[in-house]
Amino acid sequence: MKRTNRSVIPGFGLTTGITLTILSVVVLIPLASLVVFSAQMSFDEIVATITRDRVLSSFRVSFVTAFVASLINAIMGVVLAWVLVKYTFPLKRLVDGMIELPFALPTAVAGIALTALTADTGLVGGFFAKFGIKIAFTQVGITVALVFIGIPFVVRAVQPVLEKLDPAYEEAAGVLGASRSRIFWKIVIPEIIPAALTGFGLAFGRCLGEYGSVVFIAGNKPFETEIVPLIIMSELQEYDYASATTIALVMLVASFVTLFLVNLIQTRNTKILKGGI
Amino acid sequence: MYKETNSSKIVKWSLIGISVIFVVLMLLLPLITVITEAFKQGFAVYEKAVTDNYTVKAIWLTLEATALAVIINTVFGLSAAWSITKFQFKGKKILTTLIDLPVTVSPIIAGLIFLLTFGRQSPIFPLLQEWDIKIVFAVPGIVLATIFVTFPFISRELIPVLESRGNDEEEAAALMGAKGWTIFRKITFPHIKWAFLYGVVLCAARAMGEFGAVSVISGHLRGKTNTLPLHVEILFNEFQYVPAFAVASILVLLAIIILIARSLIEYNGKKKV
Repeated sequence: MKRTNRSVIPGFGLTTGITLTILSVVVLIPLASLVVFSAQMSFDEIVATITRDRVLSSFRVSFVTAFVASLINAIMGVVLAWVLVKYTFPLKRLVDGMIELPFALPTAVAGIALTALTADTGLVGGFFAKFGIKIAFTQVGITVALVFIGIPFVVRAVQPVLEKLDPAYEEAAGVLGASRSRIFWKIVIPEIIPAALTGFGLAFGRCLGEYGSVVFIAGNKPFETEIVPLIIMSELQEYDYASATTIALVMLVASFVTLFLVNLIQTRNTKILKGGI
Repeated sequence: MYKETNSSKIVKWSLIGISVIFVVLMLLLPLITVITEAFKQGFAVYEKAVTDNYTVKAIWLTLEATALAVIINTVFGLSAAWSITKFQFKGKKILTTLIDLPVTVSPIIAGLIFLLTFGRQSPIFPLLQEWDIKIVFAVPGIVLATIFVTFPFISRELIPVLESRGNDEEEAAALMGAKGWTIFRKITFPHIKWAFLYGVVLCAARAMGEFGAVSVISGHLRGKTNTLPLHVEILFNEFQYVPAFAVASILVLLAIIILIARSLIEYNGKKKV
């Protein structure tokens, strides 16, 4: 790597060297080994692995549950961010701190807690069981776990935008005679939609790859509640590294596409936050 | 702003109501469940589960992996932040993208790539065996996977802070003859102290709880490569629910400590800036 502009500050060689060395050992070489390993397989083999019924249905389960969970999170995230920014109420700081819990609580702990809670013998599961609704060990259960994992992404994406939102626009609209609901839909919503989309994308990306919280609540029935990371795991346990790698590669591409879309929205978002557009 | 009308009051309190119900149901209740399940059969059973030999070993391994992940990511984060914010060079955009890459990779895939790199089917496996180096299904693999999943956590906090401050003070110090380490210690670090601590806390939180990546690479050898989250899984799958929740309660305690530390750091950081 070459410097394009000499600086008087020392340490370029040292810090860049350390950065590149650790990056290579921890990230680049291992990721490259995934590509090298899958390059040994023929295209037909890859297609054959991916189009197995069980694999296809796991992709469907993964995408559907991640999408539904992220949609719920996008709506609840905006509501939570709105409540936390615009209103004051008792215990607000506690609620604000609790939002961060899914980042701090190990996913396995969240997984077993949610399973115990939503099983037919659990507090919440018992209530729904009376109406014949099962949560744990169904796709509903997977979605519940993913909502838990994804909620902070949306709240933390929308919150700063709402905080920076200039009340002058809302006031001006109010003075000009716009109703409250009109102000909300015409001024506030367009401002927070990019942030909500960013949060949705981040949550979706995380949910697609989530394993720890889902593995317990899913019950892992093939064709029903088996998500992609679970398939990869079971291929690994059978030492079928080729299949595992192939499926992993498809997953990786899916999450990179998600990330790319999120970045597009986020670039626009930063412009708004910095006062552009 | 505008006057609070009756209808806006209804909107306000119903939105707050929905939010509180959501937070209690989705976030608080699982937390309480862990504690109640852990103490279901009394304190003696709880104490036995928590002081069990395998549990204690799992605690130590978790602490070891977390500490190493924090140390390596600190070295990396400080170097990367310095290199990226103090100098102009080609390929900087690619570098920052690559640093962020690990968080977008599914934990299972994170484990898988280390399995492929150092496992039996890897081209360097014979070499590793000759030198008697065990990475896969051993502690080094767990540490590597933990570093991977927390990789950008510290640099990501430092880079925006350094970028927004500019380089004027460091340049002045360098022109007056200060050495690199002195500049970092006396000028740069005081400004990034809180952001750095914040990054460390986030890194530690994720490191101690990592499950998927570690699960793939560990081989689940009890007492050897079992971290706390893996120990929880084994107990739960053996239908030993009370011990599973008892071990999980240790992680809940750590998570609460991390949340408190996090908000303290955030509070102090805002005050100082």
